[in-house]
Amino acid sequence: MTSTVRDTPLRAVHERLGATMTEFAGWCMPLRYGSETAEHNAVRTSAALFDLSHMGEIAVTGPGAGAALDYAVCGWPSQLSVGRARYTMLCAPDGGILDDLIVYRQAADRFLVVANAANTPVVLAELTKRCSPLEAVITDESEVTGLVSIQGPNGCGILSAVTDLPLASMPYYAGGYGTVAGREAWVARTGYTGEDGFEIFCAPADCEPIWDALTASAASGPDGRGLPAAGLAARDTLRLEAGMPLYGNELGPDVTPYEAGLGRVVRLDKPGDFVGRQALAVRAAEGPRRTLIGLLGRSRRVPRHGYPVLSGVGLSGLGLSAAGDRVGVVTSGAPSPTLGTPIAMAYVEVDAGGPFGIDIRGKTEPAEVTGLPFYDRRK
Amino acid sequence: MSVPAELRYTQEHEWVAIDSGTATIGITDYATQALGDVVYVSLPEVGAAVTAGEPCGEVESTKSVSDLYAPVDGEVVEVNEELNDDPGLINAEPYGLGWMFRVRVTDGQTGTGLLSPTEYDALTKSAG
Repeated sequence: MTSTVRDTPLRAVHERLGATMTEFAGWCMPLRYGSETAEHNAVRTSAALFDLSHMGEIAVTGPGAGAALDYAVCGWPSQLSVGRARYTMLCAPDGGILDDLIVYRQAADRFLVVANAANTPVVLAELTKRCSPLEAVITDESEVTGLVSIQGPNGCGILSAVTDLPLASMPYYAGGYGTVAGREAWVARTGYTGEDGFEIFCAPADCEPIWDALTASAASGPDGRGLPAAGLAARDTLRLEAGMPLYGNELGPDVTPYEAGLGRVVRLDKPGDFVGRQALAVRAAEGPRRTLIGLLGRSRRVPRHGYPVLSGVGLSGLGLSAAGDRVGVVTSGAPSPTLGTPIAMAYVEVDAGGPFGIDIRGKTEPAEVTGLPFYDRRK
Repeated sequence: MSVPAELRYTQEHEWVAIDSGTATIGITDYATQALGDVVYVSLPEVGAAVTAGEPCGEVESTKSVSDLYAPVDGEVVEVNEELNDDPGLINAEPYGLGWMFRVRVTDGQTGTGLLSPTEYDALTKSAG
């Protein structure tokens, strides 16, 4: 292992924009450029640009690629039509989650698996071990792939001006090969913000020309609001509002997809064996012991990762009066720019009842259970 | 990054302006840039006694929460109520409208242990 922190192909752009940089999963990444709240709001109301070149890209190719992936992950990638994408998971034999993934079917015999940066070595090793005996070739393309993402309701218009792909007719979770600013790219209507948006996979050297072309397209477009860059801080609050799990917070090797509320991604109905099938079938039958819930903070103090969730908290006219029993733990929490109140996701025991509170540094603050996601653009 | 010459500073990235025995306190430009957008600040109550170096409130930003420390001994005489509705003032004007609270400094205290602008500037640079 090396401790070298890697730069993305857009490092110079981030410096030019005055970004606050942070180390994330071994990469030097932009945390924010100015106000992370403004960046968040730009995605919700217009559009913003993200550098996601730290993500891992692993190609699974060959005549056996689909069947090999069906064995390796808990979804059913061989059922995907060419040009479609699916959210799936790589599980351990005991059903624990090793990573959550997006799988794109780019051709009949080619799939692109996008992994979290921190998990890419594990995903690469597991896919190689699981798929290689099945007439599939596993190739780590992370080093030769850059990723620029435009997210927000105006993204389609801004990107359409610089691509030959017919984006308006591209469904959500679909993608296609085309050019962006004259450079070859795989463009997909996917993202991690709860907003419409596109991810542009391209050669590292093409990231900056594509970034600049999108910025110029936005500046000359009818909206005229420009296209701010957004960093990891905004990405985290956007995905949290959208109720999307983050590996290391909601997901991990000690969590099954059922506990995370993502049992739908486990395709026990697909034919043949797959890694984790036996354990996951047992988990599906017995039901989860804990469940992921959404909580709205009722004070202005913000729940954070690791804070205890209490239930049976006594309520008085002045607020909480009695400490409750610990029934769970906050996995992610933040002040929600869209809702204007603190929000959190938490694992709690399935039979735990409210009223709930969160132990925020020794003082219990009231919290209300709410359905996930916190924010849904279709509502 | 701004470090006004007329102020004194603490290791905890607060600034202090002492005038006729009353200290006005806020957090520095460096602190706001490290924290990101401040969304809530919990301040001590007017009349509360505070002790130099002890926590007396907290500052919540998007990504983190930090304790607010009293830089001097004394009694809180005023808090910035505007911050309740607009905590963004702390990011926008950390040394102006974003001030946090005022303390009547205990007699005999001269603010020993506070940092000069030069010393504070060196502290932030050594922190990277």
